[in-house]
Amino acid sequence: MIAEIGHFSLILALVVALVQAIVPLVGAHRGDGAWMATAAPTALVQLLLIATSFGCLMYAFVTSDFTVMNVAQNSNTLQPMLYKVSSTWGNHEGSMVLWVLILAVFGAMVAAFGGNLPPSLKARVLSVQAMIGVGFLLFILLTSNPFERVVPPPLDGRDLNPLLQDPGLAFHPPMLYIGYVGFSMAFSFAIAALIEGKVDAAWARWVRPWTLVAWSFLTAGISLGAWWAYYELGWGGWWYWDPVENASFMPWLVGTALLHSSIIVEKRDALKTWTILLAILTFSLSLIGTFLVRSGVLTSVHAFATDPERGVFILLLLVIAIGGSLALYAWRAPILKGGGLFAPISREGALVLNNLLLTTAAATVFIGTLYPLFLEAVGGGKVSVGPPFFNATFVPLMIPLIIALGVGPMLGWKRGDLKGALSRLKFAFIATIVITFIAAYISWGRSVFGVLGLSLAGWLATAVILEFASRIGLGRAGSGDVLRRMAGLPRGAWGMTLAHLGFAITVAGASGASLWQDEVIQLLRPGETLSVVDYDFTLRSVDSVKGPNYTAQRATFTVRQNGEVITTLAPERRRYIVQGTETTEAALYTQWYADIYVVIGQSDGNGAWTVRLYFKPLVPWLWAGSLLMVFGGFVSLSDRRLRIGAPSKRLAAPEAKAPTAQPAE
Amino acid sequence: MTHDSPPLRSRAATRKRRRLYAVLSGAVMLAIAAVLVLTAFEDSIVFFYSPTDLAEKQAGRDPVKPDQLLRVGGLVEEDSVKTAADGVTKLFTVTDLKNTLRVSFKGILPDLFREGQGIVSSGSLGPDGIFVATEVLAKHDETYMPPEVADALKRAGEWKGDEEKEKTQ
Amino acid sequence: MPRILFLAPLALFAIVAAYLAVGLTRDARILPSALIDKPAPQFDLKALKDGDPGFSTADLKGDVILVNIFASWCVPCRAEHPLLMRLAQDKTIKIYGLNWKDRKKDAIAWLNELGDPYDLIGHDLSGRAGIEWGVYGVPETYLIDRDGRIRYKKVGPMVEETLTNEILPLIQELTQ
Repeated sequence: MIAEIGHFSLILALVVALVQAIVPLVGAHRGDGAWMATAAPTALVQLLLIATSFGCLMYAFVTSDFTVMNVAQNSNTLQPMLYKVSSTWGNHEGSMVLWVLILAVFGAMVAAFGGNLPPSLKARVLSVQAMIGVGFLLFILLTSNPFERVVPPPLDGRDLNPLLQDPGLAFHPPMLYIGYVGFSMAFSFAIAALIEGKVDAAWARWVRPWTLVAWSFLTAGISLGAWWAYYELGWGGWWYWDPVENASFMPWLVGTALLHSSIIVEKRDALKTWTILLAILTFSLSLIGTFLVRSGVLTSVHAFATDPERGVFILLLLVIAIGGSLALYAWRAPILKGGGLFAPISREGALVLNNLLLTTAAATVFIGTLYPLFLEAVGGGKVSVGPPFFNATFVPLMIPLIIALGVGPMLGWKRGDLKGALSRLKFAFIATIVITFIAAYISWGRSVFGVLGLSLAGWLATAVILEFASRIGLGRAGSGDVLRRMAGLPRGAWGMTLAHLGFAITVAGASGASLWQDEVIQLLRPGETLSVVDYDFTLRSVDSVKGPNYTAQRATFTVRQNGEVITTLAPERRRYIVQGTETTEAALYTQWYADIYVVIGQSDGNGAWTVRLYFKPLVPWLWAGSLLMVFGGFVSLSDRRLRIGAPSKRLAAPEAKAPTAQPAE
Repeated sequence: MTHDSPPLRSRAATRKRRRLYAVLSGAVMLAIAAVLVLTAFEDSIVFFYSPTDLAEKQAGRDPVKPDQLLRVGGLVEEDSVKTAADGVTKLFTVTDLKNTLRVSFKGILPDLFREGQGIVSSGSLGPDGIFVATEVLAKHDETYMPPEVADALKRAGEWKGDEEKEKTQ
Repeated sequence: MPRILFLAPLALFAIVAAYLAVGLTRDARILPSALIDKPAPQFDLKALKDGDPGFSTADLKGDVILVNIFASWCVPCRAEHPLLMRLAQDKTIKIYGLNWKDRKKDAIAWLNELGDPYDLIGHDLSGRAGIEWGVYGVPETYLIDRDGRIRYKKVGPMVEETLTNEILPLIQELTQ
């Protein structure tokens, strides 16, 4: 019964979405206020219906209702509650319902908090949002019904894929989808603006918070995925340039460009057609990402079980959504008037460079990801494009990006003073040289990339700190004045500093692993000791343990550093009963500058076990840096200027003071 | 500053010049990207071979270079998995039911690795004809075969002609 | 800026979409099996239930036969099972089963629970015979004509429509 309610709600949601897609759009075209006003209530009703449907599906999973095929295929009574819940979206059908749920949440937020939007813009945005919803609801109902029954029901379910039974991966998809789907807002605003033929600073101010939300969540989602790969796949790698990873990384790159170009639209009224294009591209790449993962056109280690029928449907959706919006762009974008002028050396110029580098980087990732498909289509054989390709194309593009990122925020709008900026960065130059020498000395002959990465990270971090220091007048003003300036600094400026600093730390983390990583692999018996760097691992015992839905061999290690016991680590090799598959659970110990990482492999049958130890320098920085980027995104979001639906009367008094605290303006 | 309020015509001229800059810098960027991509394709594309493909390639005019990175795939032959003297290097045979390839791998085999299972492995061919794997992948979903492997098996099957089927079991 | 520049993204996307479309059609799973209209592959399997006759290529000669690949752990198999049961009760066609990557005990329990529509069942624990058949996953269903050639393949569970629109008419055609 519950499942039928869920199914019926989805069908109703489709009907409501159709109304929401058509009526407000026609209303906006005719200037009919009553028709336009239908947008908000339909968006709210749609959210209600989809939330009901999602709730029903989750209920089926939580109560282990195996009469629903999806539940029987992806869940099991023995699963802990967390994974029963996360099973809801740990499969193709359920994840699509989550997708439309998030879409509906975003739509409803515009409906509820978009009171200060011009009615015609609001109507059109919600209409475009509903069109996307119609496409995906049709997709779910026609090819991927999550509520399909199975008669007679099995006694127990097939269990969730054991690799997905992990806290990191339980929350990875929702984060990622909030990111993907969040970019639909920028997309809808872009399409609405193209229809209206008007883009101005106000438009950019409305788009920016949505882009920030999407970007922050996507950053979190990608990092969570990398973190999961790092400790769950048992190889200690965190990024494989796998098609599925690239699928989420491309929208991130272009979304980052969009985040920055919308600043120029907002502040300088320039770069409008470009920003519109980026908004369309970012969401298009999110859609293509969905396509790549689910259609089976590309091989990946972690693709969904695929179905070509779905692939055809999604391709059709892509052609309509992306093709349609790009056609609209080709038709309407030329009428958008460009605005403010700026010299090549200026804040705008730096942001343009950032945009060019980020989109070019996204293009190389795109080519690398799809090249195997292109080659196969012309009958050129089966190839794969792996890390060497991306190291040779993507990394060189990041070098100028990081260098410019240090200078950019120091430049003034319109016309910047490069010499002045560079002279203010004297200390950053010195710091970079020192870091380069230290890194090169420690790691002589091991990795040029690693040394380069660390010195770039050092450059960026010191430049960001110097910029912040000059903003708050450190060294120029008294301490009271500095504190006052810090308090008066807009949240947006804080956010930028934090996010850029986070990026620097992430770059350092990514470089560290290639610099000093060390590993050993050996057979070990209980009582024996194995060493890596200055850590000694003593295998105490290997015991059989029983989990809720698995059995495991758990090894216990005592870890000593320079003779002192620092921790006990217990990696496991689990065998999940229902699917009969094994997973390795690595054990990690994190210190501020490194992780130590231990995996247990097969037994040789005579009481010895294959043991693999890794020393992973700076990897914890990756996660810390990503976290700081996400935090920076949210701090920016809390900027009063961007607050969604902030009443304009509140803008007057406190806001007037803020810009004076920014010396760069 | 005169820059802020130039006469109309020169403002239009500046606008034109600015567009020129924008288009030019975009073009330069694209050119750089193209160069990077093309040079990277030259030496970082990894070809996939089935044991039969590889046997044919080695017998042909243009055998693979000793340290060239490649990927191979097939089924892990039953009873072929052995452990070398060091205790951690695994030796096994990959088959497409027509030809076989010996593979050695030092490390912990993936969770889904087992005999009879389709795997894809990347590495390079050693001088002794043993494939030295740096990575062994088994598909997450055990009910499905990696598409490359399925394809390789199918091709090997079609080329078999009237030959007697090999009974490897 | 020249208008033509604004068309560039659309043109690029058209190219990408075309390649994606080609990529989809090359997907082996929607192409008919490479074995269509070819003789059924060589295989020789022991019976699922001890004491029953085994299942091999030789059994596919002389009659129109439906071969169904199934496993007890496969939920869609359960969904299509009633259709097989109906076919068996109506004696429409001989149904041979290939039990794929499954434990004997589980498969037999499954058949005891849901009924056994199969005239013969081969047990393919290793999945090797499945490879000969080009099986990607379970369930899959094949139709074999009197000469032992494969005439039809269905990937995924049969539903009412596939049965009435595709399989039953073909059975009729082949038996005439």
